[in-house]
Amino acid sequence: MMKVWHFSEMAYPPAWAAGHELGSFRITLPNRLADPERVADIYHRHFDEFMLCDELGINIMLNEHHSTATCLNAAVPLTLAILARITSKARLLSLGTPIANRPDPVRVAEEMAMVDVISRGRLEMGLVKGAPYEIAPANSNPTRLMDRFWEAHDLILKALSPEPGPFSWEGEFFHYRNVNIWPRPWQQPHPPVWITGLSPHSGRAIAERGHVAAALLSGGIASGMFDAYRRRAAELGWVAPPDRFAYCALVGLGHDEAEGRRRADEVAGYVRTAPIVAEPFRNPPGYAPVPANVQALKAGPQKFVARVKTVDGRDVDPTSGSVQEFIDARTVFAGTPDQVFEQIKQFTQEVGGLGHLIIMAQGGTLGYKDTCENLRLFAKEVMPRLGEIAMPENPYAELAQKASSAAE
Amino acid sequence: MVETTTKTVSGIETEVRTGGAGRPLVFLHGGLGLERHDAFLDGLAGHFRVLAPALPGFGRTDWPREIRGMSDLACFVLDLAEDEAIEDAVLVGSSFGGWLALELLVRGPARFACAVLVDALGVKFGDHLTRDITDIHAREEAEVQRLLFHDPAVLARDPASLSEDALTAIVRAREAFTFFGWKPYMHDPSLRRWLHRIGVPSLVVWGAADGFVGADYGRALAAAMPGAGFELIPEAGHYPPIETPEALVRLIRDFAAGAAAAAA
Repeated sequence: MMKVWHFSEMAYPPAWAAGHELGSFRITLPNRLADPERVADIYHRHFDEFMLCDELGINIMLNEHHSTATCLNAAVPLTLAILARITSKARLLSLGTPIANRPDPVRVAEEMAMVDVISRGRLEMGLVKGAPYEIAPANSNPTRLMDRFWEAHDLILKALSPEPGPFSWEGEFFHYRNVNIWPRPWQQPHPPVWITGLSPHSGRAIAERGHVAAALLSGGIASGMFDAYRRRAAELGWVAPPDRFAYCALVGLGHDEAEGRRRADEVAGYVRTAPIVAEPFRNPPGYAPVPANVQALKAGPQKFVARVKTVDGRDVDPTSGSVQEFIDARTVFAGTPDQVFEQIKQFTQEVGGLGHLIIMAQGGTLGYKDTCENLRLFAKEVMPRLGEIAMPENPYAELAQKASSAAE
Repeated sequence: MVETTTKTVSGIETEVRTGGAGRPLVFLHGGLGLERHDAFLDGLAGHFRVLAPALPGFGRTDWPREIRGMSDLACFVLDLAEDEAIEDAVLVGSSFGGWLALELLVRGPARFACAVLVDALGVKFGDHLTRDITDIHAREEAEVQRLLFHDPAVLARDPASLSEDALTAIVRAREAFTFFGWKPYMHDPSLRRWLHRIGVPSLVVWGAADGFVGADYGRALAAAMPGAGFELIPEAGHYPPIETPEALVRLIRDFAAGAAAAAA
C-alpha cells in the first residue's frame, strides 16, 4: 500500500518581491528582510498543518535549506524533534540532512537517534547531496562532494548500528577517536534510509545499498532513476519492491477542477521561486562532473537553469511554467479528487511502481485554510483509493533470479 | 619553443612544458593552469631551460586522491626538481603557483637559488572581517574576468569555439583551483608566520590592475620576505604571464641575472 507524506518548505512570501528584484531568493537576499514575528507565525502555522496530517493519517516530510526566502526550515532535526513530541502516529521523514555539507556526521547520527527515540521509532532518515546553492551557506568544498557524502553515510550508519561502541574512525574526510552515541536509535539496526537523486547513476548507487530512492518534481527523472535502481538490484540478485521508490509532487485539490488548479497554482509558487538564485551559486566548480561542466561552459552561464521536461519532451521553465505544463511534467497533480487519483494512477504506471507519494499540499503562497482543505480532501477522497492502484510487474525479476542462483 | 611532454612525477602522469637551455627555471602556474601560457613560456625558453608542470588536477595531469593539500603539491614539485637533477634554479610562481612557491621557499629547498612571485596568493594580512583576496566564487563570470584582467575584452573567447580538450582543461583547472583554495579561502593561515625563513633572493611582481588580490597585498608580501624587491606591471591584472608575457619575461631575466651576479 502506497504511503502518503506531506511536505512543505515553509516559504517566506513577504520577501519574494525583493527576491525577484534582486534576481536571487537565496544567499545574497539580505536577512534583514526576515521579520522574526512573521517568521514565528509561519512556523506555528505549519506545525498546525503537520498536526492535522497526524490526525488525517498522512505522514510528514521535512527538508532544509539555508539563507533563503523559499524555505524557513533551516535545521531539519529541530523541527523533527518538535514533531516527534507533538504528533503521535505520523512517520517523520527527514529528506533530508545534507551530510556532505555537515562537518560532523556523528552529531547527525546523535540528532537522528534522539528524534527516533523521542518519536518511539517513527523516524525515516533521508541523507541528501544538497542543491548546488547550498554550498555557499555551508561553505562546504564543492569538489569531492560525493566522496565525502558516502564516507559520512557509512559513518552515520555505523554510529547508529547495534554493534557496540565505542569505535574509532580515521577516514579521508572525517576523524573520531571515540564514536559512542547516546541514545542508540529506537529502530534496529537503524531508521530506514532514503536518498534523493537525479540520475540513473544515483539510482544504481542507491540500489547497491538497498535504500529508498526518492525523485522530486520531475517524472522523467523518476523514470530513469527508478529503472536504473531496479536493474542494478536485479544484477545484485534481488527484486526491488515498490516501497524502495518515492516521488514528490505538488498537489492542488478542489471540489471542482478550477478550485484544485487554483490551489496548485499557488503551491507552484514553490517551483517558480526555488531555482532563482544569483549566477555564481548555481553551479560551483566541482559540484557537477567534468563532462557536465564542459557542456555547461559551451551553453554559457545564463542557460544553466535546469528545465523540467514534459512526458512528450517539451522543456518547461520552472520559474514561469503553467499548472498544465507542470501537470504534463508530472511536477503537479491537480484537479478534482477523481482527476488527481487518475493522474497518480497513470504516474505509477509510467515509473514502473511507487511505494511512497510525497505531496506538497502546501507551497508558495497557499494559505492555511486552503492547505487544510487540500490535505483533508486528499486524506478523505484520494488516499483511501490508492490501494486500488495495481503495481506494474518488475521487468527485471528474471535477471534477479539468474543473478541470485549464480551467486549460490 | 617549449613543447608539451608527459613525465611521471611522484608516480603521477604529468603534463610538462619543457624547452630552452641554460639555467633551469621551474614555473608554477596559477589558477587557470597552463592554458594560454605559450608566449610567456616561449619567451622564458629564450633565456632558461624551462620546466612547467601542470599540477595534479590541472590540465591533463592525473589527480590521485591522496593529493589533497599544498604540502602534497610541494612534495610533487620537489620530486620533479630531483628527477630533473636541477641545480641553482629559478623558481617562478604565478597566483596559485605563487602560493605553492611560498610554501616551498619557507622550507628552504636547496635546488632553487632565487624566486619570483607573481600576484601570489596564499597569505593572510587582514583581520578576520577583512578579506585580502576577493571571493571569485561569489561573483558573476563577467565580473570575475574584469577582476582578473587589465583588459578582459582582449582575452575574451567564445567557449563554443574551443575544442573539447581545451574546455576539459579549463574545467579541470577550475575544479582543482577551487579544491585547494576553498577553505581557508586561497590562503594558509600559518604561512605569514614563516615568510622570514625565505633565504634566497626574491622578487615580488604585481599586475597593477589585479582586482583579485591587490597590489597593497603584494607590497605587504614583499615587505614580509627578507630583502625582497617589488615591481608593478602597469597593464596587467592577476595573470601577467597571460596579459603581459614580454614585460614579465624581461623582469624575470634581469632579476635572475642580478641575483646570480650578486651571488658570484
